[in-house]
Amino acid sequence: MHFTTIRSQAGRAVRLRDRLGPYLYIVPALIIVLSFRTIPIISSFLASFTEYDIGGFHGFVGFGNYARMLSDGRFWQSVLNTVFFVLGVVPASIMLPLLLAILLRGKLAGKTVYRTIYFLPVVTSAVAISVVWSWLFNPEAGPINRMLGLFGIEPLLWLREPTGVVEMLLGPLGVHPPGILAGPSLALVALMIVSIWKSIGYNTVLFLAGLENIPNTYYEASRLDGAGPWGTFRHITWPLLSPTTYYVLIMSTIVSFQTFALVYVMTPPPGGGPLGTTNVIVFYLFRKAFDRFDIGYASAISVFLFVVLLSLTLLQRRLAGRRVHY
Amino acid sequence: MSARTVTLKAGTHVLLAMGGVIMLLPFLWMVGTSLEQGGFSNYAEAWNKVPFGRYFLNTLLVTVLTVGGSLVTTALAAYSFGTMKYPGRDTLFLLFLSTMMVPQPVYLAPSYVILSKLGWIDTYLALIVPWTANVFSIFLLRQHFRTIPRSLYEAAILDGCSRFKFLWKVALPLSKSVIVTIILFNVIGSWNSFMWPLVVTHSEELRVLQVGLSYFNQEQTTNYQLLMAASTFCTMPLLLLFVAAQKRIVSSYARSGIK
Repeated sequence: MHFTTIRSQAGRAVRLRDRLGPYLYIVPALIIVLSFRTIPIISSFLASFTEYDIGGFHGFVGFGNYARMLSDGRFWQSVLNTVFFVLGVVPASIMLPLLLAILLRGKLAGKTVYRTIYFLPVVTSAVAISVVWSWLFNPEAGPINRMLGLFGIEPLLWLREPTGVVEMLLGPLGVHPPGILAGPSLALVALMIVSIWKSIGYNTVLFLAGLENIPNTYYEASRLDGAGPWGTFRHITWPLLSPTTYYVLIMSTIVSFQTFALVYVMTPPPGGGPLGTTNVIVFYLFRKAFDRFDIGYASAISVFLFVVLLSLTLLQRRLAGRRVHY
Repeated sequence: MSARTVTLKAGTHVLLAMGGVIMLLPFLWMVGTSLEQGGFSNYAEAWNKVPFGRYFLNTLLVTVLTVGGSLVTTALAAYSFGTMKYPGRDTLFLLFLSTMMVPQPVYLAPSYVILSKLGWIDTYLALIVPWTANVFSIFLLRQHFRTIPRSLYEAAILDGCSRFKFLWKVALPLSKSVIVTIILFNVIGSWNSFMWPLVVTHSEELRVLQVGLSYFNQEQTTNYQLLMAASTFCTMPLLLLFVAAQKRIVSSYARSGIK
């Protein structure tokens, strides 16, 4: 073979390697992402149109699973519980961290100590936290009821209390709000408290980072203009912090929509809490998929969950688009 | 300092300290209750009642292998996405990113079916392999790789440095800070993960700490001294890691929010 041919062949091999190289680098990650993310996600969507249970695959049923969802009272209860949960957790997970971040802003003695303490629950496992709070909420000997006892408050059932909190407050006055108006059960409210407690540190740190991006000159200018703390907050902090607030709002909504470990450990299966009042969407989905092995129906619920989360994100983006100052 | 500033400062500290006590109380009660009636022997009793030693080793093994594995896949993929130009790159990257938008519960059931088809249910493979790639880590490292000047790469190639050697000798050493962030996130995530191991394993020998603790909680419903002792030793490793690297961890989390 002629010398130049060999060289050009070697050159072609090198060029091929150069061209394939970039793809080869992706292959390991791609295999994992395709097999354990993309394919399951697509399967979830497809399986929602099938009947697939412990007995195996029984074929396509069109929108059968979705029709079943519409008439499934327990499913709607889980949706309602989740909505209660999100509406209870998200505002508090924005306001408390915002207040803390404002207090922690700038130079402050012991800042690191405070930050570390507030952040501890973030890195602690949800399971351990749930075990500990189950003890704190214990109706018979738990510390919370003992503390309330010091103020003459009768022991509460906490995680075992199915009565709505609005009903509990107004009941003694002779007012009995019907249905949804009775509010989330005390058990669900107890879970909200734990969830807020766990997420405060993370959101505080996000707000702190946001606050530190606001140039100090704005605050100096506002002081020279004679603005009080409220005026400064309203006209400087709040508008300039809006990208962070918006991010915290979306993330808290998404995360609290998916609450599972707290519910599973603090109000263990089979129930989903007293009279199913802590049965949230992901818990219900988990029970359908892994206790009943009703994969088709569980997939329909997960598609519902995904669509709700996606629409909420898009809606928030639209609404915030006009107000967020970047 | 004016009297007004002093009052303001004092008020700030009072509020922060009160909040801090509320944040700390559950931890104090956890340790306090774990030492009631029997002191440290509660720890030994809880440790021996179920094979917590085994759960620890399982968690450690899973954490080390998933974090190690995902570092390798992350470095390679981020290098490709962040420094090379080729057809289909952005589409592939978008395919990766799109999976971040879908929460875990959505694909949990089909994942279970796929793992059972592979015969992996109730094996270490199910706990480890699916988590040896992490799209968020790839995203973080890619962002960083993009900031490495192209001229540096070209100069190295002219000097006879291979593409892979550049990743190993230049790009990765330049990204230590991001890599530490990625490791910390993945260690915390892996140590605390619960839903996945709960679903994909059944036998006691394969339980990780979180799953073991949740079963222990169901078995010892009212034995609060033992439950608190177990909660203490299950959370201790991460709490120690956190206290040791708190500045690093907090700033990593803070940066994770800036898009």
